[in-house]
Amino acid sequence: MRAFTYERAPSVEAAAKAAASNPEAKFIAGGTNLLDLMKLEIETPTHLIDVNGLGLDQIEPTQEGGLRIGALVRNTDLAGHGIVRRDYGLLSRALLAGASGQLRNKASTAGNLLQRTRCPYFYDTNQPCNKRQPGSGCSAIGGFTRQHAVIGTSEACIATNPSDMAIAMRALDAVVETVKGDGSHRAIPIADFHRLPGDTPHIETVLEHGEIITAVVLPPPIGGRQLYRKVRDRASYAFALVSIGAVIQPDGTGRIAVGGVAHKPWRVEAAEAELPKGARAAAGILLSDARPTDHNRFKLDLVERTLGAVIAEARG
Amino acid sequence: MQFDTPAATNPIDQLKVVGRPIHRIDGQLKTTGRAMYAYEWHDPNTPYAYGYPVGAAIAKGRIKSIDVSAAKKAPGVLAVVTTLDVGELKKGQFNTAKLFGGDRVQHYHQAIAVVVAQTFEQARAAAALVRVDYVVEKGAFDLEKAKDSAIEPAAKPGEAPPDTAVGDFDAAFASAPVTLDETYTTPDQSHCMMEPHASIAAWNGDKLTVWTSSQMIDWWRSDLATTLGIDKEKLHLMSPFIGGGFGGKLFLRADAVLAAFGAKAAGRPVKVALPRPLMANNTTHRPATIQRIRIGAGRDGRIAAIAHESWSGDLPGGGLETAVNQTRLLYAGAHRMTAMRLATLDLAEGNAMRAPGEAPGLMALEIAIDEIAEKLDMDPVQFRILNDTQVDPENPKRPFSHRNLIGCLEVGAERFGWSQRGRPGARRDGNWLIGLGVAAAFRNNLLIPSGARVRLDREGIVTVETDMTDIGTGSYTIIAQTAAEMLGLPIEKVAVHLGDSHFPVSAGSGGQFGGNCSTAGVYAACVKLREAIAQKLGFNSDDVVFENGEVRSGNRSVRLAEAAGSDGLVGEDTIQWGDLSETHQQSTFGAHFVEVGVDVATGESRIRRMLAVCAAGRILNPITARSQVIGAMTMGVGGALSEELAVDTRSGFFVNHDLAGYEVPVHADIPHQEVIFMDETDPMSSPMKAKGVGELGLCGVSAAIANAIYNATGIRVRHYPITLDKLIGGLPDVA
Ligand SMILES: Cc1cc2nc3c(=O)[nH]c(=O)nc-3n(C[C@H](O)[C@H](O)[C@H](O)COP(=O)(O)OP(=O)(O)OC[C@H]3O[C@@H](n4cnc5c(N)ncnc54)[C@H](O)[C@@H]3O)c2cc1C
Ligand code: SF4
Repeated sequence: MRAFTYERAPSVEAAAKAAASNPEAKFIAGGTNLLDLMKLEIETPTHLIDVNGLGLDQIEPTQEGGLRIGALVRNTDLAGHGIVRRDYGLLSRALLAGASGQLRNKASTAGNLLQRTRCPYFYDTNQPCNKRQPGSGCSAIGGFTRQHAVIGTSEACIATNPSDMAIAMRALDAVVETVKGDGSHRAIPIADFHRLPGDTPHIETVLEHGEIITAVVLPPPIGGRQLYRKVRDRASYAFALVSIGAVIQPDGTGRIAVGGVAHKPWRVEAAEAELPKGARAAAGILLSDARPTDHNRFKLDLVERTLGAVIAEARG
Repeated sequence: MQFDTPAATNPIDQLKVVGRPIHRIDGQLKTTGRAMYAYEWHDPNTPYAYGYPVGAAIAKGRIKSIDVSAAKKAPGVLAVVTTLDVGELKKGQFNTAKLFGGDRVQHYHQAIAVVVAQTFEQARAAAALVRVDYVVEKGAFDLEKAKDSAIEPAAKPGEAPPDTAVGDFDAAFASAPVTLDETYTTPDQSHCMMEPHASIAAWNGDKLTVWTSSQMIDWWRSDLATTLGIDKEKLHLMSPFIGGGFGGKLFLRADAVLAAFGAKAAGRPVKVALPRPLMANNTTHRPATIQRIRIGAGRDGRIAAIAHESWSGDLPGGGLETAVNQTRLLYAGAHRMTAMRLATLDLAEGNAMRAPGEAPGLMALEIAIDEIAEKLDMDPVQFRILNDTQVDPENPKRPFSHRNLIGCLEVGAERFGWSQRGRPGARRDGNWLIGLGVAAAFRNNLLIPSGARVRLDREGIVTVETDMTDIGTGSYTIIAQTAAEMLGLPIEKVAVHLGDSHFPVSAGSGGQFGGNCSTAGVYAACVKLREAIAQKLGFNSDDVVFENGEVRSGNRSVRLAEAAGSDGLVGEDTIQWGDLSETHQQSTFGAHFVEVGVDVATGESRIRRMLAVCAAGRILNPITARSQVIGAMTMGVGGALSEELAVDTRSGFFVNHDLAGYEVPVHADIPHQEVIFMDETDPMSSPMKAKGVGELGLCGVSAAIANAIYNATGIRVRHYPITLDKLIGGLPDVA
């Protein structure tokens, strides 16, 4: 870990401004991802701006009938919130499928959206990695890739986004609210928030440097059976091999977002149109351009089968 | 004490303290955080410095140069010592890979420098500034590819030969009406003990004191002295508490060597712990195996021919993973052969991990047994019972000292409800395919000399000192029980001090020999102390009775405190083993029963319940023994379902080198576990009549799970771990 300076920002705007004016600065929320990465010198900010004291820890109904979730709301509090449990069961389930009780107590909503990949080569600073060190190459390609992405990959990077929460947010069409260094606000639909790796896998979201997430807004509830199915090698405390977040309506229509397969939560609206026909039809479209490796080809089958189980459970 | 005739009735047989379910005497220290582990030793008056290791970034080659200028200038840095600075060092007797010194890189993350600073954080930050220039060489990293070049290694003295053969296997196999010929693989596995390898080294002139985390004090002391080129007598080693080892702390590791060099260079005591990401590639691991098993049986279900061949790899000069061990002894069959071959691999050193040999060997053999039983249309429990042997099948003149595999299987089948087991794929519970599996457990009982010193003081307290270690197993407790039993005292009157090289050399902890051997050593020392007490009092030592804090002879009785006098009395001895383990085969036995559920859609396998039945001689303490067995069963679940060090066969290292990537079971993976100990003693094994259980509990578990998964799904997976990708293609359609 490199030495760093630390400040507690007095306001959201001040935090954004301070960050924007220092290219080496980063925000710190729960620190459960950032500090681990700093210890390994995968992240090397020289200045940390603590955003915990900015009052961004509220959950409030919006005028439209949705829910505004403060960026600093802890995963535990979000999962256990009455309205979330009642109207956005998918989100609650996805959160509880992630990490452990201790981590969820610390992990924030914004931090969770921005958590970085779990590609093991990314974590080993001896290995070339375009995400960690742009232009150095990707050591995962041709290596051990059981966990890696099968779709939306590039020649530069085949890493996945490991967040469970983000899958639910994607299926629920959440909107990310931010404040930039110049004080301007914007609202980014979750669909546009995370990027595919392309030639620049080190750029994972559309956030600009210094742009602070203030809230994530959920549109009014859409009902349906809301399920999150996380498939993994052990029963808890493991990242998803594949996960499915689904909202299935009584008529068989619905939404699905898939985790563990891509650099971002994977959702294809055209595939959802096939849902009433069943998992095979929907999965076929979802993964139609998949480029798996020999190690992770099983994920194609696994998505289809898991989706089948989710649909069956929703109907049951 | 020379143990060369079977134990007769002795004071241990009273079982007033031994054999009782006594909670760990060190339990409170541990649960309240007062048990000091190596890195935690802290004298507030000592200006400790902190060393952070640098691991090699290549798997094989040479170091051209190391630039430490930036590291040396970094804040708080006191010293940087590189592998080039210290030059070639002698290698300890028990190490295959060199730990430090010289310009050769033998494996990834080999220690090549230590940076010492005033704080841990400063040392870690500075370590990242060390720049190394390498010459990379091509290495061999893929066992499958190296297999054909594997050689028959020379038999090491005192160890079993790589090959054995009895009768005419080929002919018998060729003419057997029912045969099996399959290949199984087990992956590299990591010990993943909770406490990392850690040491503090403090020099005082040419004398060195080291607090460390070691299973084997004397081995470490010798090997550290050799590595540092100092006299063993100048080295004081302490390891009173150890946060798990599983074989990973049997042999001296780099943390101790780096701490010693760092402390010398910095001129003050230095603490070094191996960071978790270094553990997989810097230390040792259980090597992967490829195993071919052939079994030929008659229609009556009797094994006529059995062959087990195994291939494993290691660094040059390394050893075999002896995966065929159990096959030489477990089942009858007149015609048999076993063979082991060793390939050269440039991965980190392969070495002992809990039940080396038998653990991976049974992972394969006990699937094969399930398979041949099925071919014979026999129940696998019945098949095992039918093929039991009471003599060493390679040398039928040699009986087992005591063997109750049949009892374990029968009791287990009854208690587990084995009769509920149906045909493969027949049982279902919602989305779960349910299956039952069984495997035999087998692990040899090893005998190693073990010494202890026992002191009786004028307060009537008995203090035991031995360099035996407690790696979480319960050594403190069973040693206290032994001394209490021998001297007729309640356990509260016994103090136990372990893990210090000033104490008599013991068996140490490993190979499940520690419990039986170390208590036998304490037994021997207590016999000496009893004699000393009797002699001092002028009692005839043949008829003295030690009971209720008193020593009695005829109608005379004296309180022990009084007998001790102001100077106290001491007994010291070492148990030495005669040839009972040559005339008789000493092994431990068990049966594992497992119920699994396999998710019909995803292929995720989850354990529903497990039972182990163990026949392992006298159980010295059912609480600590059970704790060993359930821990071992848990490890077997990891081995079956998730644990695998993934090799990058291009650049030669274990990729998933942290606890996020290498998945050991978590609580949610381990539901109901039950352990039954058969009521037995083995007088051939020691005066304690005990054997080991700590490794037995692991042996066979993974195969029982594999067999249960087969029973659930009808899919036979022969390559561990049995992850869902290996099942998913064969599961019923769900879409
Ligand atoms: C052992 C372990 C297991 C885990 N398992 C899972 C799992 O199964 N599923 C899962 O989904 N996750 C898992 N996680 C990840 C966990 O969910 C994340 O670490 C956590 O959500 C990050 O939140 P945080 O508040 O701690 O973020 P931090 O670590 O504080 O920050 C993460 C990133 O977000 C940035 N950031 C934080 N707040 C803001 C803001 N308001 N605006 C702009 N940028 C901001 C930081 O600069 C940093 O780059 C696991 C983590 C660990 C350590
Ligand atoms: S997959 Fe992406 S994160 Fe992993 S090594 Fe390649 S570039 Fe780095």
